[in-house]
Amino acid sequence: MTRTLITNARLVDPASGRDDAGAIAIAGDRIAIVARGGGHDPRLSDFDATRTIDARGAVVVPGLVDLAARLGEPGSEHAGLLESELAAAVAGGVTSLVCPPDTDPVLDEPGLVTMLKFRARNLHLARLYPLGALTQGLKGEALTEMAELREAGCVGFSHADVAIRDTLVLHRALQYAATFGYTVWLRPNDAWLGNGVAAKGPLATRLGLSGVPVLAETIALATIFELMRDTGAHVHLCRLSSAAGIELVRAAKAEGLPLTCDASIHQLHLIDVDIGYFDSAMRLVPPLRQQRDRDAIRAALADGTIDALVSDHTPVMEDAKHLPFAEAEPGATGLELLLGAALKWGEATKLGMAKTLAAITSRPAAVLARSRGAAESNRHGLEEGAVADLCMFAADESWTVDGTTLASRSRHTPFARYEMPGRVRCTFVAGGLAFEAAG
Amino acid sequence: MFGRRNPQLNANDELIHLLSIEGLPAATLQHILDTAGTFLSVNDRDVKKVPLLRGKSVFNLFFENSTRTRTTFEIAAKRLSADVINLDIARSSTAKGESLLDTIANLSAMHADMFVVRHSESGAPYLIAQHCAPHVHVVNAGDGRHSHPTQGLLDMYTIRHYKQDFTQLTVAIVGDIVHSRVARSDIHALTTLGVPEIRAVGPKTLVPGDLKEMGVRVCHDMAEGVRDADVIIMLRLQNERMSGAMLPSAGEYFKTFGLDAAKLALAKPDAIVMHPGPINRGVEIDSTVVDGNQSVILPQVTFGIAVRMAVMSIIAGNSP
Repeated sequence: MTRTLITNARLVDPASGRDDAGAIAIAGDRIAIVARGGGHDPRLSDFDATRTIDARGAVVVPGLVDLAARLGEPGSEHAGLLESELAAAVAGGVTSLVCPPDTDPVLDEPGLVTMLKFRARNLHLARLYPLGALTQGLKGEALTEMAELREAGCVGFSHADVAIRDTLVLHRALQYAATFGYTVWLRPNDAWLGNGVAAKGPLATRLGLSGVPVLAETIALATIFELMRDTGAHVHLCRLSSAAGIELVRAAKAEGLPLTCDASIHQLHLIDVDIGYFDSAMRLVPPLRQQRDRDAIRAALADGTIDALVSDHTPVMEDAKHLPFAEAEPGATGLELLLGAALKWGEATKLGMAKTLAAITSRPAAVLARSRGAAESNRHGLEEGAVADLCMFAADESWTVDGTTLASRSRHTPFARYEMPGRVRCTFVAGGLAFEAAG
Repeated sequence: MFGRRNPQLNANDELIHLLSIEGLPAATLQHILDTAGTFLSVNDRDVKKVPLLRGKSVFNLFFENSTRTRTTFEIAAKRLSADVINLDIARSSTAKGESLLDTIANLSAMHADMFVVRHSESGAPYLIAQHCAPHVHVVNAGDGRHSHPTQGLLDMYTIRHYKQDFTQLTVAIVGDIVHSRVARSDIHALTTLGVPEIRAVGPKTLVPGDLKEMGVRVCHDMAEGVRDADVIIMLRLQNERMSGAMLPSAGEYFKTFGLDAAKLALAKPDAIVMHPGPINRGVEIDSTVVDGNQSVILPQVTFGIAVRMAVMSIIAGNSP
């Protein structure tokens, strides 16, 4: 059994809001001792460590939980993406991630889920929590075997970025999921209004790009909320993009609908003007909106209306962006940028370390736990007895984003050349060292 | 990468590509129009050639078919003594799966000096300008809904020819503005050259209200749109938009937004009528107007050659 002692750390526990100097001891896959404050905890002297890490200058925090990361598997086994992208996760401090079902083939059969989980587990990197497809082949017609998929390891059911055109099918899918208490993960986007490559607005008008109006999001939200009222289904809304959408979510939460939601690092920091002269790195789904939308997302993430910040990691291979804007494949690498993006936002909004990190640790962990229907045996926090999924990062060190130096095989990011705060030093998954920075 | 700098200008703010009219200073536009004026006489000579591009290779890369535009570029390049190679790419390599940038790399290896690019996607010429060899110049001959800068410039040449001063004019652009690269180029050029009133006229499906962010007055009534106008630019209505969710029928469109003699009478008596072609007679414009004495549609075509000669000679003379 490995026994690791981390000393001289700044222990930040976003769930409780505690932020103190201290030490932490890991025995096997669990946190054995959390020693807070300057005084010496006598238990540490008796802890027989096989490895001791001096964390001077570094923050130790529960491992990051990313509720939206695509890994390209099933679909690109030949490219070895699963390994590289899970390595990217731990290099970014992410210890748990949720992947949507829009793979090739679609995650709509228990066998595929079992295989994916098996392959991921054998890599001993980040934990992978797949979402099953809500309908077969994501065609929006026939329901999948949700109970079977849950047994195989799906934590919830999603329609990824494919809008369900038939409202009757969506209604029945929510009814069926609600029967078993499953959470349905939906990105609110109207099937007809949502077909465009940029957000509708002055920029899209000037550049002659097809625009997605805010209506595509608000109409979808209104439909989802009505169906939730009727069916009682739990819904997690993925990647909100508009100020108007956030207002609807705020009202729905106030009403008491069983609802959580997330936004991505792109919507948190970028706006449509960043597309500049057709920069295909900015071709993203949902499309980047205007400044008022970004401001609303930043505020809603701070006040908790938005539960979690996600990387929206989507591997896009080199050539797929070397196309005219509309033809370029949407998406960007993000797993290694989630921490920096959160810290950058936290610094700008003067939120404090614990509250900033809650958006990528305890709050998404709560969303995931509810969706899994998990008992509290896998407590996520800096507590004795909790699972030892940890991220240790140097808060005062910054780095310049360069796609070619990332662990991810996907190099495209709109944050290229950005200065990002926070450098991950090491990542523990189930007590094992899953990543350690060179040097 | 381009970063935020206007990619059509070099460090001295000289034009090295023509990708869009947006962001070009008025002086640059006027310089192109002045230069075009000097080329107009070449077109009247017995020997219609000047040696400005002798030894240079101009590749017409038409990823989207357009015989008319390609022909005018070909004539313009030949009158500048360039070697012109026409590639109908819509039917060749990319149809075989070759990527856009591979095609460009191959053609660059053939020592092209200039690419004239027509593409169905907005922004494609930017991608090409970004990835071609530094000495190669790119002229946008129309990309998606985004831009058709030489058409915009020839429209400005036409307006200047007939109206001299831009700063007192009312210009009405009528039709399918939301899908029109010509309209966008005209609007950018007209605002840059100081036209005080630009009206975008059409039904709300084709002229959405947010167009006003481009500096135009949006009009959903034809009579109001053309009243007292000095210039009326009619846009072609694409066949695929004539019936469906954008418009119910060509007939209803002509009745409500087509230009006939009665509606033209609402404009100033000396108003000119323009159209980028090809014309749908009886859909957006009545034959009597096309053939009437206020129509300058054919002179536009003539000026188009001189304007394209001016653009090609100017950018070829500037180094990256």
